[in-house]
Amino acid sequence: MTAEERKQLSVLACKVRLGIIEGTHSAKAGHPGGSLSAADLFTYLYFREMKVDPANPQWEERDRFVLSKGHTAPGLYGALAHKGFFPVSDLLTLRHIGSHLQGHPNMNTTPGVDMSTGSLGQGVSAAAGMALAARYQGKDCRVYTLLGDGEIQEGQVWEAFMFASHYKLDNLCVIIDNNGLQIDGNVADVMSPYPIPEKLKAFGFGVAEIDGHNFDQMEEAFAQARAHKGGPFAIVMKTVKGKGVSYMENQAGWHGKAPNDAEYEIAMAELKAQLAEAEAM
Amino acid sequence: MAESKKIATRDSYGNTLKELGALHEDIVVFDADLAGATKTAVFQKAFPERHFNCGIAEGNMMAVAAGAAAMGLVPFASSFAMFAVGRAYEQVRNSIGYPNLNVKIGASHGGISVGEDGASHQCCEDFALMRSIPGMVVMCPSDAVEACAMVKAAYKHKGPVYMRFGRSPVPVFHDEDSFRFEIGKGEVLREGNQVAILATGLMVAEAVQAAETLSAEGVSAMVVNLATIKPLDEELVLRAARTCGKVVTCEEHSVIGGLGEAVCALLSQQLPTPVRRVGVNDEYGYSGPAADLLKAFGLSAGHIVDVVRDFL
Repeated sequence: MTAEERKQLSVLACKVRLGIIEGTHSAKAGHPGGSLSAADLFTYLYFREMKVDPANPQWEERDRFVLSKGHTAPGLYGALAHKGFFPVSDLLTLRHIGSHLQGHPNMNTTPGVDMSTGSLGQGVSAAAGMALAARYQGKDCRVYTLLGDGEIQEGQVWEAFMFASHYKLDNLCVIIDNNGLQIDGNVADVMSPYPIPEKLKAFGFGVAEIDGHNFDQMEEAFAQARAHKGGPFAIVMKTVKGKGVSYMENQAGWHGKAPNDAEYEIAMAELKAQLAEAEAM
Repeated sequence: MAESKKIATRDSYGNTLKELGALHEDIVVFDADLAGATKTAVFQKAFPERHFNCGIAEGNMMAVAAGAAAMGLVPFASSFAMFAVGRAYEQVRNSIGYPNLNVKIGASHGGISVGEDGASHQCCEDFALMRSIPGMVVMCPSDAVEACAMVKAAYKHKGPVYMRFGRSPVPVFHDEDSFRFEIGKGEVLREGNQVAILATGLMVAEAVQAAETLSAEGVSAMVVNLATIKPLDEELVLRAARTCGKVVTCEEHSVIGGLGEAVCALLSQQLPTPVRRVGVNDEYGYSGPAADLLKAFGLSAGHIVDVVRDFL
């Protein structure tokens, strides 16, 4: 990736983060922590990796994305808005009555959302079903799904992993956002899912481990995923929950809480400074 | 009712899937290690490339089917009723119902007539669970001919459908050539004016038999087959209530949340009418031969006759 391309991704990721703060502040609810940890991933997927057409959201040959950790919808919505699926100003309607931007993704209201999710552990199964269907239909498309590290405590996730491996779904790419925190605290303390890469390998996945805030590492991992044949591929990305907003970083308390007016001002100032810095790169 | 051959509705399900599979390439079938019992193995044998065993993992299966539907396929997902809607209720609710995805759930082994396996496998709550999901069509055929027509109608219908099939062979009383099925439409099997017996599933044949016995006693009973439990054929239920003034509902299901309560909900608002509900009375089943269990739980023509006698 060129320096200019990297810069563009950094700028967009800052804009996605701004949208997360604006949306959750406007909603007085939502999940900023995990949205911010995955903001770089959302940006990379929609601006560099996935084959999508915002002018034709239902394009049959598009790549699919299933946000299995559906509560981080504000991050997905930010990426979709900036990609052009709907106006960026819609982000301020998050969780409002009548808005197409539901608290968790709704495929029937929001252009660009490929699957309704929110109940943890189900999205990954739907993604596996999509990958299986795409292969049966002879479609040249890939399916991506993002899970939280707390989410993989759900038994269904491992049923889906078994299924993906059993049916050799090499058009499926699973991404795990390992920010280390869930509502009640450290994932390691609540119910340890570790070691994640070893478990995925034992379930038949090809695995890459990356820094989830590094676009170059993403590029390499997704290239590896595309080249991987005969089975599914997983990218385990180490991230910082609340990434980009100083007082939210690595704080479980910011899993599902919106910033108040004062906190909003601080977060916006910090993210705008980061945006200016990225634009000056 | 004339003597007739007996076929389990699950057999009809498997055979019809195979028949439809030959016509429609968008049909794919998922099962959870019960293909032999749910009869999706019949489809599997004909179309192995589009039958996917999910192993003993019903929750995953339902959401996988949802994903396949989101790609434009028409998945049929099967297990025993207990697991298809009990174990996987929330997957059905959130991944199929809420997004209104075009998944057809074909559940076998519904009700007490599962028999020897006992209470853990005798699902008498499936109508209640599936009725509670907005947009879900809930159906239960009375015989093999109706099961066949129902599966075809389910394929044509756009949106989620739940179908309950039985394990035990039941009498075939519909004529294959003349029978027409429409989702949401009940079928009047016998006109009458003193009591309306509204039944679904294998209780329909029992209801017809009960009406014959009652007729010999001079009681005029109307018999209606309500194979579609949701959406309920409200017009027909209201007509039956208006004509007879007394209603008996019959189902191989808990009296809580099934056909009986659906009928009561309608009548209490639009045409208050005395109703007696024949069903499983808020209790668990137990092991035994299906025929004996049906008698023991009052799911028989004889018990319907007793209820009507007491009612009139």
